Amino acid sequence: MTEIFGIPVQAFMGQLLIGLINGSFYALLSLGLAVIFGLLNIINFTHGAQYMMGAFVAWYLLNKLGLGYWWALVITPVTVGIFGAIIERTMLKQLYKLDHLYGLLLTFGLALIIQGLFRNEYGSSGLPYSMPEQLTGGQNLGFMFLPNYRAWVIVFSLVVCLSTWFVIEKTKLGSYLRAATENPELVRAFGINVPRMITLTYGFGVGLAALAGVMAAPIYSVNPLMGADLIIVVFAVVVIGGMGSIMGSIVTGFGLGVIEGLTKVFYPEASNTVIFIIMAVVLLFRPAGLFGTQR
Amino acid sequence: MAAVGSEVMRASRKAGIGPQRISFVVMLAFFVLGPLAMYPVFLMKVMCFALFACAFNLLIGFVGLLSFGHAMFLGTAGYVCAYVAKSWGFTPELAILAGTAAACVLGIVTGLLAIRRQGIYFAMITLALAQMIYFFYLQAPFTGGEDGIQAVPRGNLFGLVDLSNVWAMYATVLVIFLGGFLLIYRTIHSPFGQVLKAIRENEARATSLGYDTDRYKLAAYVISATLCGLAGATNALVFQLAALNNVHWGMSGEVVLMTLVGGLGTIFGPVVGALVVLAMENYLATLGFWVTIVQGAIFVICVLAFRRGIIGELARLIRKPL
Repeated sequence: MTEIFGIPVQAFMGQLLIGLINGSFYALLSLGLAVIFGLLNIINFTHGAQYMMGAFVAWYLLNKLGLGYWWALVITPVTVGIFGAIIERTMLKQLYKLDHLYGLLLTFGLALIIQGLFRNEYGSSGLPYSMPEQLTGGQNLGFMFLPNYRAWVIVFSLVVCLSTWFVIEKTKLGSYLRAATENPELVRAFGINVPRMITLTYGFGVGLAALAGVMAAPIYSVNPLMGADLIIVVFAVVVIGGMGSIMGSIVTGFGLGVIEGLTKVFYPEASNTVIFIIMAVVLLFRPAGLFGTQR
Repeated sequence: MAAVGSEVMRASRKAGIGPQRISFVVMLAFFVLGPLAMYPVFLMKVMCFALFACAFNLLIGFVGLLSFGHAMFLGTAGYVCAYVAKSWGFTPELAILAGTAAACVLGIVTGLLAIRRQGIYFAMITLALAQMIYFFYLQAPFTGGEDGIQAVPRGNLFGLVDLSNVWAMYATVLVIFLGGFLLIYRTIHSPFGQVLKAIRENEARATSLGYDTDRYKLAAYVISATLCGLAGATNALVFQLAALNNVHWGMSGEVVLMTLVGGLGTIFGPVVGALVVLAMENYLATLGFWVTIVQGAIFVICVLAFRRGIIGELARLIRKPL
C-alpha cells in the first residue's frame, strides 16, 4: 500500500475527489454571485435557497413528470432562472437607488420564506434522487476507484464555468455586460436595454445556482436546508477571491474545495472551519481578496 | 393620531420635556408594570433581546455597518457565563462580567478583521466569522454540543440576593437593561457618537477632517459586541441555559429583523422591534416552520414598503427623533 505523507493513497485521493466535487459547487455558486454582484450591486442571499430549489425541481421532474436527469439539467435552470427574473422585476428593481444593504436584507427574507415553505412541505429530512443510469458505476484507476457520476460533475461544472468566463470576457454580449457594470447610464445612452440585461443577468446567475442544485441532487440528498449553510461558505469563498474577476471566482472555488477536502485527511477537526480561517488570513494580508480590487 | 400626537407635543414642550423623555418613561412604565399582565420570563427575554438589538443598532443605525454575525457575541457570552457559573461556581455578577468580557475580546479580534472591508463585504465577513465560531462551539467539549449547558445555577447576587426568586431576577434584568440602554444613549449623543454619524454619512469626508475612521469604527464595533455580550450573559442566567441556537446565523438574522421592524437608527426602535418579533414568535411557536416564513415575509415587507420601521414612522409623524 503506497502512502502520501503517511496517509494511504486511497484515502488521500478519495478526499481530494470530494474536495473537487465541493469545489465545483463553490465555483458555480460563487460565479453566480459574482455575476449578479457585478451588474446589480447586490449580494444574492437567496442563492442557497435557489440552489435548493434546483434540486427540488429536478426531484419533481423525475417523480411527478417522469422526466429524468438530462431533462432536469436543461429545464431546471430555466425554470428557476425565470423565477429569479420575476423576483428581480417585482422586488429587487425597486431597491437599486437605495443602499446596497437593503438588497441583502430583502434576499435574506426571501431565503427564509422559500426555505420555510419547503420545510413545511417536506420536513427536514432528505429525499433521495437516483443517479442517471448512464453515469452509474465507475472506473478503476489502479490507485483509486473513480465513480463516473463524480467525474461527470467535475468535468461538467468546469465546462460551464469556463463557458461563462468565455461569454463574459470574450464575446460582444459579454462586453456589453462589462460595460454596463462600469457605467450603466453610458451603455444605456448607446441604445442598449440595460434593465432587460439586468433581469437576464440575475436570471442567469440564479440559473447557475439551480444547475448546481441539479448536479448535487444525486450526491447529497434533496433537502430544504441543503443551501442554507452552504451559502455562508460560498460568501467566505467570495470574500477570499474578491468579486472583481470571473476567473478568480472559478479558481478560488475549486482551490478552496480541494483545501477543505485535504484538511479532512490531515486534521479533520478543522475541516468545517478551514475556509473561514483562510478568509481571516486573506483579510489580514490582502483585504481586497486574492483576485479583487478594492473599491 | 396625529392630532393627539401634536397635543402631547405641545403639552410636553410647555413642561420642557422632549418626546424622548416621554418615550423613556413609557418604556420604563411598561417594563415595571408589565409583569402584572404578562409572563415575567417572557418580559425578561424581551429585555435581554431589546438590549441585544439596541447594541446591534448602534452599529447599523449610527455607523452604517451591517453585521450579520452578532449572534456570536450573544452566544459566546452565554456559554462563558453559563460555564463559569456552573463549573467554577462564580457568583452571578462575576459570571455576567466574565461573559461580557469574553464578548468584548471576541469583538476586538473579529472587529480588527471585519472593518478592513465595508458595506456588503462587512456583512459577509461577519457572517462567515460567526459561522466559524458556531462550528467551534459545536465541536468544543465544554459547550455540551447539541444539548448546550443546562441547569445553570442563578446563584446569589453579590452573595446576598437569591436570584432563583423570579422577582429578584426580574429586577436584576431590568437594571442591567436600563444600564445598557442608557450607556448606548449616552454613546450616541456624545462627541464620539457625532463622529460615528459623520462616518455613516460620508466616511471619506470624516477622514479628510482628520478622524482616524477605522479606529472609531473598531471602537463602536467593540462597544456593540460588549453590550451584546451583556445581553447574552444575562439571557443565559434567565433561562439557566446556553445553547447553540443563540450562536446560529438564524439569531444574527433575528436581531437584524428586530432592529428593522422597530426602526434602524432610532433609539427606541430596537426595543419595540424586540417586543414585536418575540411576541410574534411566541404566538406562532406551535405552527412549526411558519415562524421562519413570517419572519421572512416581514423582512420583505419592511425592506420594500416600511423601511423606517415602527418608531421611525412615529418619529416622522411628530417630526422629532425618537
